[in-house]
Amino acid sequence: MLDLFAQAASSSTAVAPTEILKGLGAVGAGIGYGAAAIGPGIGIGIVVGNAITAMARQPESAGVARTTMFLGIAFTEALALIGFVVFILLKYT
Amino acid sequence: MTQPNLLTTRLDGPAVEQQVARDMVRRALPLAPVLMLLAGLIWGIDGSLSSGYAIVIVLANFMLSAAILTTTARISLALMMSAVLGGYLLRLALVTIAVLAVIHQSWVVVVPLAFTLMITHLGLLFWETRYVSATLAYPGLKPRGVHPGRKMADPT
Repeated sequence: MLDLFAQAASSSTAVAPTEILKGLGAVGAGIGYGAAAIGPGIGIGIVVGNAITAMARQPESAGVARTTMFLGIAFTEALALIGFVVFILLKYT
Repeated sequence: MTQPNLLTTRLDGPAVEQQVARDMVRRALPLAPVLMLLAGLIWGIDGSLSSGYAIVIVLANFMLSAAILTTTARISLALMMSAVLGGYLLRLALVTIAVLAVIHQSWVVVVPLAFTLMITHLGLLFWETRYVSATLAYPGLKPRGVHPGRKMADPT
């Protein structure tokens, strides 16, 4: 057991600073992507909630509300996609 | 006045999301070779393939989103709400998996893949919004540049 601890301690001291920075960069990219997905989630909730209220109140205009809702969802989702693009550019270039 | 029950209210009208998504796919078909050619000129064959892969991801994302909306709207509005929010996470996960699954392949160049994802998604949306907003504002008219006989998404 002590040997294992000793090995772990010696290996941890052998980690180069560049590898630590690389790891921290990956963690940062992951946190950034996760944070970028939160806002669009809230936005889509607002878009769909209001569209459903409109459709329930005026079913005859449901077609217009659905079209606008679909485009609104896609526009809001673009923000998450931009977060993903930043993530892969940070992580893999 | 009684409030409508969202659990039992359903929409049996035409699937407008499918029409919009199909319109986007139709518009992307002439756009795809141009983007692939541009990526090919800068990054070579690998860039062109990466760009094409990103376009396929974006179009599949739109079609899946429309399919989820259409299917659930015919069951109930409450299900549609939950399916849209769950579908957002599902589609985001699928896009992530689709990209990360190939990112280490020899034919993948990250920069054209990433930029094509963003440009195609936003470009198709703005293009479609132009047509949809014109149709909503002037229901009897078609926007300039539309060929006669070509079908458009009917939001009504």
